[in-house]
Amino acid sequence: MRFLLREIYYIALDFLQGVGSICLFLFRLLRYTPTALLRWRIVWQQIYSVGAMSLVLIMVSGLFVGMVMALESYHVLVKFAATAALGTGVALSILRELGPVVTALLFAGRAGTALTSEIGLMRATEQLAGMEMMAVDPVRRIVVPRFIAGAVSVPLLTMIFCAIAILGGYYVGVDLMGVDQGAFWSQMRVNVDLVDDILKSVVIKSIVFGGAISLIAVYEGYYSLPTAEGVSRATTRTVVNSSLAVLALDYLLTALLFHGA
Amino acid sequence: MAIHDLKHSDNVVEITGLKYRVGNKAIFDRLNVSIPRGKITAIMGPSGTGKTTLLRVMTGQVLADRGRVWVEGKNIARLSIDELYDLRKQMGFLFQNGALFTDNTVYENVAFPLREHTKLPENLIRHVVLMKLQAVGLRGAANLMPAELSGGMARRVALARAIALDPKIIFYDEPFTGLDPISMGVIVRLIRVLNDSLGLTSIIVSHDVEEVSSVSDHSYLISDGKVVAYGTPEELEHNKSAWVRQFMKGLADGPVPFHYPAPDYAGQLLGEEQA
Ligand SMILES: Nc1ncnc2c1ncn2[C@@H]1O[C@H](COP(=O)(O)OP(=O)(O)OP(=O)(O)O)[C@@H](O)[C@H]1O
Ligand SMILES: [Mg+2]
Repeated sequence: MRFLLREIYYIALDFLQGVGSICLFLFRLLRYTPTALLRWRIVWQQIYSVGAMSLVLIMVSGLFVGMVMALESYHVLVKFAATAALGTGVALSILRELGPVVTALLFAGRAGTALTSEIGLMRATEQLAGMEMMAVDPVRRIVVPRFIAGAVSVPLLTMIFCAIAILGGYYVGVDLMGVDQGAFWSQMRVNVDLVDDILKSVVIKSIVFGGAISLIAVYEGYYSLPTAEGVSRATTRTVVNSSLAVLALDYLLTALLFHGA
Repeated sequence: MAIHDLKHSDNVVEITGLKYRVGNKAIFDRLNVSIPRGKITAIMGPSGTGKTTLLRVMTGQVLADRGRVWVEGKNIARLSIDELYDLRKQMGFLFQNGALFTDNTVYENVAFPLREHTKLPENLIRHVVLMKLQAVGLRGAANLMPAELSGGMARRVALARAIALDPKIIFYDEPFTGLDPISMGVIVRLIRVLNDSLGLTSIIVSHDVEEVSSVSDHSYLISDGKVVAYGTPEELEHNKSAWVRQFMKGLADGPVPFHYPAPDYAGQLLGEEQA
């Protein structure tokens, strides 16, 4: 029993230490963000490489998620003769939950890991030390632009995901299942609220998720051990930690934004 | 020694009483080294004595546990990060493994310090980059990626990058390993020419006794965390100490240990058999 308590104590301590040092790292990144934005070319290049490499994955996933949602909802709604509500159902579940969360999880797996292993390998091959010797701060030159790029890409990708998912839902519902096209759109337009479902959910959630994933990814890369195993472990930690962070933040944000904690 | 003495001394780097340990292994124990301005100083010693570590100490990449490190009259432990970076803008550093940016071309690698620290227009940058690459004989390789270079070529590109900003002090970590005789000769001459024509101060870390002796003005021999000998190449050549003679002549037998410290060999083998 004593042993167990001590284990828990150490795990909790570890966790808090991790959170503390990642917060310090975040302050450091935020301090350099304005100057990094002035060198927009570097940031733009990173947005291109981080965002563009996830784009196809996000689009294809969005399409399938939308199609599945429509298929499932249709079979429930048809029992109550309420298929006119299909558009609403699909749009709300995509905008409120699936869009931001699935995009974030996919992004963590696709781009987060790439960021971590790129920065980790640069550390392992002394490229970061080389940069420091050329009087260039690798946090400012390498880490901050990647952090910004990740944080900016996720909201954009989330919007694309949602738009394509709704189109996928439309295709299954209207074209395949024969739901009335007018009902699909008009019901959706009446029931989707700009503030609640788009601003609060899609925009705020995706910004928070994007920031969290990018922060974890660059942090793990920057502090990875300079060995092959060190980098591979850091990459794994990025996926695990950022996925957990996304799910936990999703709960927190939903509770705060919609159920007025 | 009083502080103002150091400020006006003509030593670019002055290390006094340096102690440095990694884990519980003492790498330096009260080491004293001074690097005179405008000269080529070599630091030699067996593999693993801490030559690379000494360069790291001199450039502020690691901090000494004890002792003082003065570079250009500044106590390196007291500098803020910005002051340290200002100092490093006057330094060139050739890493033992090159440390090239693997995702950029040779050209972009050499252009990097110019783009970061100058506002030169693109055509001037191009001029400087091609000039530096020409000096190391790799102008034709400008568009290759580092992965397409051999080890010796990568080292020469790294050298071109290290001198891109015309530094005042240049640190070479093992500049001669992996070079064929011709590029070796070219690099040896380049180090000499750079030093004399630009008024640089050069610090070479190496264990290639012959090449280093042919180019350096003074050499330090370090071992076991201490300076074993100091002098011009001729002085070291004629040094009476058995240790120095063994090292300079590359003899197998003598006081210099070839092995990393280890438990008794026979005992270890027998011990493993029992286990
Ligand atoms: N990160 C580290 N952790 C533990 N020990 C280290 C570390 N870095 C260096 N050392 C130890 O410090 C000593 C000096 O290393 P260093 O790389 O400075 O040697 P060196 O003289 O440059 O050798 P070489 O000529 O082979 O390049 C070595 O004995 C090594 O075991
Ligand atoms: Mg070394």
